[in-house]
Amino acid sequence: MAEETRSIMDPIRAFSEGASPLDFMAVLDNFDRFLMGAWVTLELTFLALLLGGMLSIPLAIARAYRHPVLNGPIWCYTYFFRGTPLLVQTYLIYYGLAQFDFIRESMLWKPILSQAWWCALIAFTLNTAAYTTEFLRGAIEATPHGEVEAAKAAGMSYWTRIRRVILPNSFRRALPAYSNEVIFMLHGSVVASTITLQDILGVGRWLNGRYYLAYEGFVAAMILYMILVFGISRIFKWWEHKWLAHLRPRVESKGEPAAVVQ
Amino acid sequence: MLLKKLGLAAAAGAFALGLSMQAQAEDVLRIGVEGAYPPFSEKTASGELIGFDIDIANALCEEMGRKCELVEQDWDGIIPALLAKKYDAIIASMSITEERKKRVDFTIKYYNTPAKFVAAEGTDLSDTPESLAGKRIGVQRGTIHQCYMEKMFPNAELVLYGTQEEVFQDLGAGRLDAQISDSIQALEGFLNTDAGKGYAFLGGDQFDLECHGEGAGIAVRKGEDKLRAAFNDAIKAIRANGTYAKINAKYFDFDIYGAPAGS
Repeated sequence: MAEETRSIMDPIRAFSEGASPLDFMAVLDNFDRFLMGAWVTLELTFLALLLGGMLSIPLAIARAYRHPVLNGPIWCYTYFFRGTPLLVQTYLIYYGLAQFDFIRESMLWKPILSQAWWCALIAFTLNTAAYTTEFLRGAIEATPHGEVEAAKAAGMSYWTRIRRVILPNSFRRALPAYSNEVIFMLHGSVVASTITLQDILGVGRWLNGRYYLAYEGFVAAMILYMILVFGISRIFKWWEHKWLAHLRPRVESKGEPAAVVQ
Repeated sequence: MLLKKLGLAAAAGAFALGLSMQAQAEDVLRIGVEGAYPPFSEKTASGELIGFDIDIANALCEEMGRKCELVEQDWDGIIPALLAKKYDAIIASMSITEERKKRVDFTIKYYNTPAKFVAAEGTDLSDTPESLAGKRIGVQRGTIHQCYMEKMFPNAELVLYGTQEEVFQDLGAGRLDAQISDSIQALEGFLNTDAGKGYAFLGGDQFDLECHGEGAGIAVRKGEDKLRAAFNDAIKAIRANGTYAKINAKYFDFDIYGAPAGS
C-alpha cells in the first residue's frame, strides 16, 4: 500500500519540487505543524484579549469619570503602550528583563519570565488592554444623557447604573471598533515568532529554514491568517447584527404601511 | 523614411545602453554576507563589516581582479535573496550540503570546522540523544545545526532563533539547557567573551555528512559556472600565495581550513 501511494505521489512531488513555482508539498508534509502553530497564535491572541479586556473595564471607568488619583497613571500607561511598537514592548519584556540578575533570581523567573510564551502573553495583554481602555472610555463618555437620567429616575444607584445601563450600552457602541482591535491583535501576534515561539509565522519561518525556501512558509502563513480573519470578522458581523439590532434600518414588508420612525 | 531612421537610431541607442548596463553589472560583483556571526562576520559600532568571511571575500575579489560590493542580509533570507539576484554570491560561512545544493551551486570549501554543543560548566548533561531528550536546545534557524538536531536528536526540544547572537543571549539568560553551533564561532563569539563565563563545550565534535556537508563554501545561483570556476581558482590561488594563511592567522591561532578537500 505504501509502495502504491508513493508511486502515485511521485510525479506530484517532482512537479512540486521542480516546475511548480511553489513547493506546496513541503507545506502539505508539515501541515500538522502549521495547525499547531495556528493553535499557539489563537491561544495567545484570545487569552491576551480576554485578560486585556477584563483589565480595561475598570481602567476605562476610572478614565471616563476622571478618577482623581488613577486617571493620570492610567493615561501614562495607555500613552506608553499605544505610543510604542508591540515588537519593542515584547523585546523589552523578553530580552530586556533577562539582563537583570535580580529578575533572574526572583520567584517569577523560572515559572513565568524565563518562558517566551508568558513574555508574549504579558506584552500582548498590556498592549491590547491599553487600546481597549481608550476606546471603551470614549464609548462610556458618549453615553447619551437621557439614558443616565432615566436610570436615575428609576432609582438606580451609581454602580447599578454603570452595571446595567452605561457599560452594556458602551460595549455595544465599542463593538465595531473592537473587531478591528481583535484583528490587529491577531496580526500583531506574529511578534511571538521573534522570541522563538512556533506560532503560525514561526512555523512558516521554520519551514523556510528547513528546506531553504524563499516564500512557501510565508504564503502558507498568509493563507492561515486570512482564514482566521475571515472567521473573526464573520463572528463580529453576527454579533453586531444581534446586539446593534436597534440601529438597523427597519425593513419594510409588502402590504403593510411603512413603520414610522420619528 | 525619417521615422524609420529615428527608429533605428533609437534601437541602436537602446542596444548600446543595454551593453553599457551589462558591462556595469559585470564590473561590480555583489556578495551577500551576514554580519552577525563573529568572528567570521560582524559589524563594528560604526557599521563597518569585519571578520574572516569579509577578509576572504575581499581577498578573493582582489585575486579575481573584480570590484566587489558587500551586501548585508539576514541569515533567514540569505539564499532567497541570492535567487532574487540581490547579489551574485554568498560568502557567509555557508556549509556545502545536499539540501542546499538543490537550490544553489557551491564552490570548493574555504574552511571547515566542527560543530559542538555548549552548555553551563559542570552540567549533568552529555551529548547523547538520551541525555538531551526533552531538553531545550538553542539553534539558529536554517542552519546545518537545525538539520543535525532534527535528524540525530529528534526528542530534544529545539528552540529556533534568527541569529546566533540571540542564541547565546538566551543561553546566558538561562533559558536554554544547551546550544549547538560551529565550535570556532562559539569559542570566539561567546566562550572567550565575558558573556561566556561559566559555560563550556559539551561533549565532542558533532558530525553527520548529510547535514554538515564538507565545509563552508561560496554559493552562487545554479548554472553560474563561470563565476563559480573563477571563485574556485581564486580560492586555490590565495591558499597557494599565502594570503589565506595571513587572514587565518589574523583571527585564529590554528589552521581552520581543516583536512584537505576530498579526504
